[in-house]
Amino acid sequence: MPVISSKKDPANLTLEFVTQLDATPERVWELWEDPRQLEKWWGPSAYPATFVRHDFEVGGESRYFMTGPEGQIAPGWWRIESLDKAKGLTFANGIAGEDGEPMPDIAPMAASMSLESIDGGTRMTVISRFTDPEQMQKLLDMGMEEGMSQALSQIDALL
Amino acid sequence: MVVDTILDDEADRLFQALADATRRDILQRAIAHEQSVSSLADHYDMSFAAVQKHVAVLERAALVTKERRGREQIVHGHEPTLQKALRLLGAYEQMWVQRANQMASVLAETRGVTHAGD
Repeated sequence: MPVISSKKDPANLTLEFVTQLDATPERVWELWEDPRQLEKWWGPSAYPATFVRHDFEVGGESRYFMTGPEGQIAPGWWRIESLDKAKGLTFANGIAGEDGEPMPDIAPMAASMSLESIDGGTRMTVISRFTDPEQMQKLLDMGMEEGMSQALSQIDALL
Repeated sequence: MVVDTILDDEADRLFQALADATRRDILQRAIAHEQSVSSLADHYDMSFAAVQKHVAVLERAALVTKERRGREQIVHGHEPTLQKALRLLGAYEQMWVQRANQMASVLAETRGVTHAGD
């Protein structure tokens, strides 16, 4: 288990996730830069991702979709806000509509990723920040069966 | 589906936490106002350690948090919105755990390829 630490800040809807990978920062960077390698880890195992566009540069956008076990399609997008080769990037990650283009009424989450060479490997820190709980639920539903929001609303009903 | 499984686990923890009358009572008191584990323990005919265990079960279900203040452990009850945020962040965290593991697998595979080609 390569996870070093994970901090949940529910008041600010932020997750800070730190992991240690057994490769150089340049090699880890490729996992983000090369869409064919990105596809191997971005989607959950039952929902593999396919990137149809991946402009890995400042202002560049990506379009992808995840395919569920019954062929369900969950499209998403990225927009890269800043990028420093093999060091890190910040990007917006949101939900796309059936046409694969961003849904204007659902704000994306703000994510940052940084890489640091440490102990012969790479420490990767990913900070994800959501805008509000409703948006967070919608973003998490992406690529999940509709059960997710249902399960959560059932849990709420219990409390 | 991994996230469904995670939610099942979350739901299990929640059901388990709320299935006990003492824990429901502790939760209500902690939501009404924050208090120490020892002052909570005064209300029940059980050991401090037993009350502490109940608090730990509530904590795992994201219903309360415990904070050390001097010699005391203060228990806060969470408002429903905070509970929900914690559960959603928990599900998102599991997604990143899975991504990190998948990244590690891709790196391991390509290392294998490099060595084979050496």
